[in-house]
Amino acid sequence: GALCPQWPYCRKRCSYCNFNKYVVPAVDEAAMRACLVREARTLLRLSQVQRWVLRGRGSGGPFGAHLHPPHYLPHSVTSVFFGGGTPSLASPRTMAAVLEAIAGAARLPAGAEVTLEANPSSASPQRLDGFRAAGINRLSIGVQSLDDAELQLLGREHTAAEARAAVEAARRLFPGRTSIDLIFGLPGQSQGAWARGLEAALELCDDHVSLYQLTLERGTALAAQVWGGNLPAPPQDLLADMYQTACTMLVAAGFRHYEVSNFARKGALSTHNLSYWRAEQYIGVGPGAHGRFVPWGEGGCSREARVQTLEPDAWMREVQSRGHSTRRRVVLSPLEQLEEVLALGLRTDEGVTHERWGHFSPYLSLKAVFGAPGEAAELQEQGWLVLDGGGLRCRREGLALLDSLLPGLLCQLQRG
Amino acid sequence: MALAVRTAAWWARLPSSRRLATPLCLPPWLPAACGRPYSSSGKEKLDMSTYPVESIRNFSIIAHVDHGKSTLADRLLEITGTIAKTDRNKQVLDKLQVERERGITVKAQSASLFYNHEGVNYLLNLIDTPGHVDFSYEVSRSLSACQGVILVVDANEGIQAQTVANFYLAFEAQLAIIPVINKIDLKNADPERVEKQIEKLFDIPIHECVRISAKKGTNVEKVLQKVVEKIPPPHCNTADPLKALVFDSTFDHYRGVIANIALFGGEIQKGHKIVSAHTKKRYEVNEVGILTPNEQPTHKLYAGQVGYLVAGMKEVTEAQIGDTLFLYKQPVEPLPGFKSAKPMVFAGMYPVDQTEYNNLKSALERLTLNDSSVTVHRDSSLALGAGWRLGFLGLLHMEVFNQRLEQEYNTSVILTAPTVPYKAVLSSAKLIKEYGKGEITIINPAQFPDKLSVSEYLEPTVLGTIVTPQEYIGKIIVLCQDRRAVQKDMLYIDEHRVMLKYLFPLNEIVVDFYDTLKSLSSGYASFDYEDAGYQAADLIKMDILLNGNPVEELATIIHNDKAYATGKFLCERLKDAIPRQLFEIAIQAAIGKKIIARETLKAYRKNVVAKCYGGDITRRMKLLKRQAEGKKLMRKIGNVEVPRDAFIRVLKRQTDK
Repeated sequence: GALCPQWPYCRKRCSYCNFNKYVVPAVDEAAMRACLVREARTLLRLSQVQRWVLRGRGSGGPFGAHLHPPHYLPHSVTSVFFGGGTPSLASPRTMAAVLEAIAGAARLPAGAEVTLEANPSSASPQRLDGFRAAGINRLSIGVQSLDDAELQLLGREHTAAEARAAVEAARRLFPGRTSIDLIFGLPGQSQGAWARGLEAALELCDDHVSLYQLTLERGTALAAQVWGGNLPAPPQDLLADMYQTACTMLVAAGFRHYEVSNFARKGALSTHNLSYWRAEQYIGVGPGAHGRFVPWGEGGCSREARVQTLEPDAWMREVQSRGHSTRRRVVLSPLEQLEEVLALGLRTDEGVTHERWGHFSPYLSLKAVFGAPGEAAELQEQGWLVLDGGGLRCRREGLALLDSLLPGLLCQLQRG
Repeated sequence: MALAVRTAAWWARLPSSRRLATPLCLPPWLPAACGRPYSSSGKEKLDMSTYPVESIRNFSIIAHVDHGKSTLADRLLEITGTIAKTDRNKQVLDKLQVERERGITVKAQSASLFYNHEGVNYLLNLIDTPGHVDFSYEVSRSLSACQGVILVVDANEGIQAQTVANFYLAFEAQLAIIPVINKIDLKNADPERVEKQIEKLFDIPIHECVRISAKKGTNVEKVLQKVVEKIPPPHCNTADPLKALVFDSTFDHYRGVIANIALFGGEIQKGHKIVSAHTKKRYEVNEVGILTPNEQPTHKLYAGQVGYLVAGMKEVTEAQIGDTLFLYKQPVEPLPGFKSAKPMVFAGMYPVDQTEYNNLKSALERLTLNDSSVTVHRDSSLALGAGWRLGFLGLLHMEVFNQRLEQEYNTSVILTAPTVPYKAVLSSAKLIKEYGKGEITIINPAQFPDKLSVSEYLEPTVLGTIVTPQEYIGKIIVLCQDRRAVQKDMLYIDEHRVMLKYLFPLNEIVVDFYDTLKSLSSGYASFDYEDAGYQAADLIKMDILLNGNPVEELATIIHNDKAYATGKFLCERLKDAIPRQLFEIAIQAAIGKKIIARETLKAYRKNVVAKCYGGDITRRMKLLKRQAEGKKLMRKIGNVEVPRDAFIRVLKRQTDK
């Protein structure tokens, strides 16, 4: 099981970001910390994480067992991911307190992946050292670009040089466990500029890279500029070329393309993120955090989609008064669970394995649903998809078109 | 003018939200005296015998839209005490929601006013007429019950296209015309200029014009005096046998047909046995009365008076507009009546969802009860399922009908692009035999007969009137030429304004002519048109193909000269309206086997969303499921998936440049 504490504050609004984040003059960190700790305890108790049964061990799929999470004993938290906002703005004390609370309420094995999302502007060697001492053992650094003009367009507060320094410091402190984020498809960005940027990043990076095509989100400054005609919208074909180029370069550099936007070498896959794509259970803690788990502790026996209250002050008040601040709980029907298993699993190179499918659908096999004549068979014939002994997964060409494949597959699933 | 308020998506899918209930009833804020719907109890019946023919005046108010017709009507009702004077009397005669919203009159309404002038009590029957040429059949219907009109012209805008059209309707009906210049309170009012225009164009001496402000009530009393003085009483006699003209009708679910009648002779009362000259059916009169403007029962109605009648007619068709009613066993020579309204514009109408077919069907049936000018034929389309092909008097009529369907019956529909009724003169003996006639009307492109079996195609034309400030003439002439129009007349109505008359092929003005005219004249030019018969035309049918498969709903009948431009344009638009797919799509325009335009929609190469983590999943799944639902609704042409609204989006702005 995974736990995702959210730190909702940022120092500055990035031009492309539509996350639930707040730029405030002063943060009451002690109160925030106390509430994160309290909500983590409450939700761990509700979920009775010790009853979770880990899945996916010992399967003989084509991608091997190394993709599966480390084999912990039951009742353990397998990963923690401090996200945000900008969680690297919080003090190591806060992270230590949350991790202590987790360890107190459930089992947190020593080797469990504990990631912190860090901005280069709040990732000095001293701070990073403090985070490590607090229990963080993996860093995900929001580099985004190594070009100052691009960083400015994105509204980032750091320079390319600061990003380099942060990554270098992180690699020293978290060798083999430092990831960098990059964005491509910026307005006006050329194929050449992107390739050069990626080359520079490859020289800098450790064993994990996330490449995100810029998504113009409603309500962001960047989207307003593009939709208002003040910045050029990148052409579709150029974006496809950029993605293709990047995949080729990273694979050539020894990376495994294990998810649409994620690449790892030397087995440095993100355990935490894989748990989303494998439809495992995760608990969201903090303002606006999302979760998916069965609330055994409340007598529930169905998987629920949960969202915590968005606004930090309201969230804090609710946590203080009732221990947690779940704003919305939706019981996911068996069909909805399978829809998530399918839509998320196909993002990975292992795809949806028979075993995982069987866990959610004991009576109707993956073959029974997608082996029958219909959309999946057509897509297989056209070469986008494979259904074999390993499971159902995208071919390389199909992965880039996944969002065109899924609606048809969902229709077939709904009929099945 | 009302067409200006056309919404951008007016024949696209219409949302079914925002509904108001029972708009046919008067809003609750109206004074109680006029707020009683359909009252037949309570008040004592009026005795109408105190109003002999000599003291009766039947008149209409005619005007270009927004020149103040309804405001003047409100003031007349107030001054005569017909309705209480409050600042909330706005468009009292416009009862339909669509009328109030758009500031237009769609359905003629009547009101009887009592007015004392120099010691004599007069009965003034005001018959409100629709303000747009689409409804000119309503105008001429109303005028047939009148002896005079008030012609209202805005002191700022001067004579507009509809002013001209309405003037001629009244002039040809040989009615007394009282010119009234309204809105003299406005800052830019120039009544002198307008008086000169009226003199020049209509040959009415300047001194006959009355300058008023209907809004402020200035000089409105003088209008009433003019009505009494200038308009002759009706020529008829109560001693003659009953002769009543049905000039309008409405349908009431409880009482059946309510016919608006004008008595050209005799009298009528409850219990009379009457006969329809048209159907020869016999009825017994249940109720007669006047409209004030709501129904006010009276003991009798006498020659020269205007009112309503309820006589157990179950269907609107029984009260044929223009029919003459007479007493049983006292037949009279029927009045000339009216030509039945002729549809000029056709469009397919389909339920957004086929499961709503029956609801839409009953809504259509109910609405056509009150609007017999709409023709309805059942139709079906591969893409849109079962539906109807409706014929309308014009574009505004189509719009208004659609809006009423939405507002009064809470239904949302898909309307296809409007088309006009073409004709073909057949040369093939086989086809002539098949149709049983040598000339056929084509209201659906699917029925377009091949050139080989046709000696001539014909297209409907209209005579358009444009009134514009002179600085826009150049652009307007270019626009008209581009629309294949032929100039018939050009006249300066004063130093600055010009009236142009053009003969247009109807299909050239159906979609967007008015909007284009308005935009290139900064809103100053006005437009009106009347039916002008058919002319020979070089017509062809153009198909649109997707990867070689024809798209039935995009087949269009067009003039040969426009084929290439339209074909190219449609292909370009379709390219934007169809989402990219997993394979390449050829979009082609074809005449017969000949391809005249082509666009290529390239295959998708990447569309997978970049980020999908814990917090993104709920939103992501919602979107994917919506897309999966959408996929089920896609129209498949060959292997190409097309969103249902794509064709309508394409057709909607077919002639935009």
